[in-house]
Amino acid sequence: MKITFPHMGNTYIALKVVFEELGVEVIVPPKCNKNTLELGTLYSPELMCIPFKITVGNYLESIKKGADTMFMWGGRDVCRIGYYNTLQRDILENLGHDIKMLCVKPMKSIREIEHFLEKLNFVSGTKNYLKILKSFIQGLKTLCRIDEFDDLVIKIRAREINKGEVDRLYSNFKRDINNGKGYRRTMEIIGQYKKKLLNLEIDNNKEVLRVGIVGEIYTVLEPFINHYLIERLGNMGVEVHRSVTSSEFIREQLDFIPFIKSNKHDIHRASEPYLDTEIGGHARHTVGNTVIYSEKNFDGVIHLLPFTCMPEIVAQSILTVIEKEKDIPILKLVLDEMTGETGYLTRIEAFLDLLISRREKKSYEKSISWS
Amino acid sequence: MPIKVGIPRALLFYEYYSLWISFFEELGAEVIVSEKTNKEIIDIGVKNTVDEACLPVKVFHGHVMDLKNRVDYIFIPRIISLTEGEYICPKFCGLPEMIKYSIKDIPKFIDTTINFRKSKKNLNRTVMEIGSYITQDKKKIKRAFEIATEKYNNHRMLMETGLLPNDMLKKDFLGEVPQPSKKDKVLLLGHPYNIYDSYMSMEVIDKLRKHGLRVVTCDNLETDVIDEKAKTLNKKMFWSFGRKILGTTLHAIEDDGVCGIIYMACFGCGLDSVIAEIVERKVRRSSDKPFAMLSLDEHTGEAGINTRIEAFVDMIRWREDHEDNLSTYR
Ligand code: SF4
Ligand code: SF4
Repeated sequence: MKITFPHMGNTYIALKVVFEELGVEVIVPPKCNKNTLELGTLYSPELMCIPFKITVGNYLESIKKGADTMFMWGGRDVCRIGYYNTLQRDILENLGHDIKMLCVKPMKSIREIEHFLEKLNFVSGTKNYLKILKSFIQGLKTLCRIDEFDDLVIKIRAREINKGEVDRLYSNFKRDINNGKGYRRTMEIIGQYKKKLLNLEIDNNKEVLRVGIVGEIYTVLEPFINHYLIERLGNMGVEVHRSVTSSEFIREQLDFIPFIKSNKHDIHRASEPYLDTEIGGHARHTVGNTVIYSEKNFDGVIHLLPFTCMPEIVAQSILTVIEKEKDIPILKLVLDEMTGETGYLTRIEAFLDLLISRREKKSYEKSISWS
Repeated sequence: MPIKVGIPRALLFYEYYSLWISFFEELGAEVIVSEKTNKEIIDIGVKNTVDEACLPVKVFHGHVMDLKNRVDYIFIPRIISLTEGEYICPKFCGLPEMIKYSIKDIPKFIDTTINFRKSKKNLNRTVMEIGSYITQDKKKIKRAFEIATEKYNNHRMLMETGLLPNDMLKKDFLGEVPQPSKKDKVLLLGHPYNIYDSYMSMEVIDKLRKHGLRVVTCDNLETDVIDEKAKTLNKKMFWSFGRKILGTTLHAIEDDGVCGIIYMACFGCGLDSVIAEIVERKVRRSSDKPFAMLSLDEHTGEAGINTRIEAFVDMIRWREDHEDNLSTYR
């Protein structure tokens, strides 16, 4: 069995660890690229949301590398993602690929975690539940460590003194991670690079803009889809905060377990005056986190959503009001396979200009009121 | 002066109008339904909705605009689920918010949450809450709902005889039933608010009828039959709309009287992108009935749709003429 899974940012690192620890051969799909998207678009229904298309591309590229088993999240959301695997299986079968699909559901109860572990049991062929549980926990830990590491990267990138240092370090990091195997080695690499990162020269007094990113999880986490937004903003000296990460996503499902904490309740509290029910996807998070960013005095918020994404469109119409009521600028970026880079970048630059001038105006007003 | 309740002639209106109208009327309210969809309503809706929204939601905004200055309340329930274990499009859950935050100076809403996903147990509470906007008399609300339900059930029964909502909504509707004939049924699939809104659908139903075809939809089939068929799907369809469409499709595939299938999809609709795909795969795999996909958006030209319809009808006729030859080959 050669197992593969779709990409979503750095989530693959944790999945890779789980399967490696279980002794299964893993085929990590090639990093999302133009070919992935073109392949995926070619074989997907035209009006599907972009995460679907990219994932189809990932599968096809992995199959080419020999994968025969697909592992993916899916199942219970009320949105289109609930049908991803059914349609995708059909598409792959029609293309003549004889593959197995393992679909895991969200893990909101002990029963569902068991279900997940059973899938792992199937994959690994071992009946040793202790081993399975251990690799599952190792996967979770990896996920959290990676997200912490990425948050640190974001902070430092915005303040680096020698331009490009962080990016260089990061690409070495990815290279080592991809060559490394197993939990211990992966953690070692993260630790090493964290040290290196902390040794980089940074300008601690630099005034950086703070921008929060909200939106549909896939478009936030997969750099290829959002045109490397987070990296780019960092290199423009902006400190970005991602409101959705895969570790938070999992923590929110598992937080019925006493020692696991998530921000879920905080987010629900913040979104309540505008939207107090779950409507699928990440809409409630988008609304809640935007409110939280305004409470924390962020300079602005960027809202990422796939074209025709149903829950995020609802969120978006609410954000237009929050923008006014909370006086926080919001830039909406709609992403699909046709999103052109030039127009996209121009909009981001214009947005940053707006944020800078607002900041200057504010500090000017402050200095006047002091004198 | 009776309280004026406005009901937008859009979205689920086409499914539930008989229930909603008679309920509010029985409570003593004056019900005002917005004008039929026209260019003005669409334009004003498009202008007042976030760009990315689908056309039906934009049109809904237009209908709310049409009502906003002439009613006391607008009926915009927050619909999460209509059937146990099922959902509808996420946009319906956020509809009251979308309207509230996009349209200024809007009258009060009746935005009661309708959520029967776990069970219909809270039906009574839901009805009472909606009714309480008009009267505090619980008995009256109960009675009104009973009468409305009866009307609604009658309405559904009439549809099972072959009538369509857009026939019954006609002012001069006298209750006659179109004469069924043999092999001339076309199954028209799509959201009720796309296929029954004659402006949106560019009168697809009338056009097909003019070609001598009889149009049937999910509404003409008994619910039990649909459910029975839908149960045979490998993957349960959790959108109520999708279950109906797929159940009906499976039934039509086996029904020799159905000579063709049309799916009227709407650009930007998340549900259509999934369901139309499943339908098309099913039809093409397990039948040789002509199938056409018509896609609607703000810019769809009538000429284009006409050409598609004609090509579709030609295909049906061609099949009829060659039927005998075809069957000898089999
Ligand atoms: S949340 Fe958006 S991107 Fe995700 S399945 Fe739904 S429509 Fe597609
Ligand atoms: S089901 Fe489709 S057309 Fe209807 S509101 Fe949702 S996205 Fe729009």
